[in-house]
Amino acid sequence: MVIIGVGNEFRRDDGIGPEVVARLRDQVPATVELLVSDGEPARLIEAWSGAKLAVVVDAVRADPAVPGRLHRLVLDGAGVPAPHQVSSHGLSLGDAVGLAQALGRLPDRLIVHAVEAADLGTGPGLSPAVAAAAGPLAAAVLADVTVTG
Amino acid sequence: MTHRGDRTLQAKGLARVEGEGSMYVRVSDGLVEEVRLDIYEPPRFFEAFLAGRSYTEPPDITARICGICPVAYQTSACQAIEDACGVRLDGALADLRRLLYCGEWIGSHALHIYMLHAPDFLGYPGVVEMARDHREIVERGLALRRAGNAIMEQLGGRSVHPVNVRVGGFYRVPAASELAPLAALLRDALEGALDTVQWVSEFDFPDFTCDHELLSLQQPGSYPIERGALVSTGGLAFGAADFEQHVIEEQVPHSTALHARLAGHDGPYLTGPLARYTLNSQWLTPLATEAARGAGLGSQCRNPFRSIVVRAVEVVCAIEEALAIMDAYQPPDQPFVPLAARAGRGYGVSEAPRGILYHRYDLDADGIVRAARIVPPTSQNQAAIQDDLRGFVQARIELDDEALTAQCEQAIRNYDPCISCATHFLHLAVDRA
Repeated sequence: MVIIGVGNEFRRDDGIGPEVVARLRDQVPATVELLVSDGEPARLIEAWSGAKLAVVVDAVRADPAVPGRLHRLVLDGAGVPAPHQVSSHGLSLGDAVGLAQALGRLPDRLIVHAVEAADLGTGPGLSPAVAAAAGPLAAAVLADVTVTG
Repeated sequence: MTHRGDRTLQAKGLARVEGEGSMYVRVSDGLVEEVRLDIYEPPRFFEAFLAGRSYTEPPDITARICGICPVAYQTSACQAIEDACGVRLDGALADLRRLLYCGEWIGSHALHIYMLHAPDFLGYPGVVEMARDHREIVERGLALRRAGNAIMEQLGGRSVHPVNVRVGGFYRVPAASELAPLAALLRDALEGALDTVQWVSEFDFPDFTCDHELLSLQQPGSYPIERGALVSTGGLAFGAADFEQHVIEEQVPHSTALHARLAGHDGPYLTGPLARYTLNSQWLTPLATEAARGAGLGSQCRNPFRSIVVRAVEVVCAIEEALAIMDAYQPPDQPFVPLAARAGRGYGVSEAPRGILYHRYDLDADGIVRAARIVPPTSQNQAAIQDDLRGFVQARIELDDEALTAQCEQAIRNYDPCISCATHFLHLAVDRA
């Protein structure tokens, strides 16, 4: 199993993925790998290939946004949509999922926890609403791996 | 309804390029009047906030400018500061620096060839759709990227924004035994790299030639990666210390990136794979030379669409270079050369995957950075890209807006622009009114 925090801790709320991974550092069994990723598809696919379960935590833009609101998507072998979004590096998490699916390299189960962001500007530190969501989010991720484990 | 003689094309939020920018084309009476690459990422002020920092910090700070080519930033920064302090790396430390840079070339080029550029040639909107029909090919690309990342993880501590690079060398250097698994991975990757050259060489390339002056590093005897002097097809030859005498940067109203030109020369110049290859093809490694010949490249390449072939050849070259370094590797006595702070000015240049990256630092006697100057490759190439697009659009003026926009975006991707880096820089607009 693998938990992947996607994001950049120097882009404010985009740091929620790495923050959740940091909070889980001493809480998950040794069989669970913890990773921080910039979301680049080749690396994401490599990270989750062959995994029984991959849990991905990422910040999302929503309009209108309710900062800190959590979304949980489960992809378990059924067809998944591969939305095209233009990210700052040309390919998105949606592309990574679509690419992995085309290559037959999705994990057995992929759970994506998405957090609505308030601020994706430059600089460290989460906005209060997203910071407040970090604890419940870490608990939800832990519950996912515990159920699967 | 659009009248073909007068029209505007706009591509907003150009896809499959690094960073955010747009393109605007205005056509009047069937003639291209204006072509603009607009860069609207905010200027990032790196040069300003380097001032006041210690001379040990620029490699880590400037690596943050780009997630694709952090090693380029670290290398140019290290070399500039070492230059200011009167130190030049040699032996195993210099070899390790080149090895790390080879990792970045392999990873960056594999990403661009397979994920960003090949879908254009094969008629897919993106790599996801391409992967459905060409699964093994895309897997080959991912394996190449993995090989490049593995070098960066081994030497750099991690593949994004490596943490093991310091002024004077590295915090820790590997034991020879640690490189053995890496060498095995690279030997496997070599076959995939050679197959990549063959694959991309069979694409259909529009007949297009750019006449710009080409500027590249050159280090006789080896292909330019992490060091060298600057040379151009127009006969220029100068060292890093004279870069600012020869390269003039100018503000243009529509872009947060600066445009660069060569002093005393009309017209833009181009840096990157075409320039490196044209000025240095005789110094490619043996298998890369053979692969280039097999792919139909002559001693020069001036068709930007064929840059994908040059990149594939450069991947072969970087893998051979990396293997040669690893085979000969004996760990250095110490992981870095200690540098005493001193007042002075230092210059560093290296060949980022997309072209020349220049750094200059002014240090005071305490080693505090008093001034910094960074000239990334995409801002140097921006004027040449615009110029090429003008001729490209004019020759295809009869296409409808959708087809023309798509071809223009492909033409822009020929240059693998890193708009994030250039910002101090895609949407396409063609105005036919």
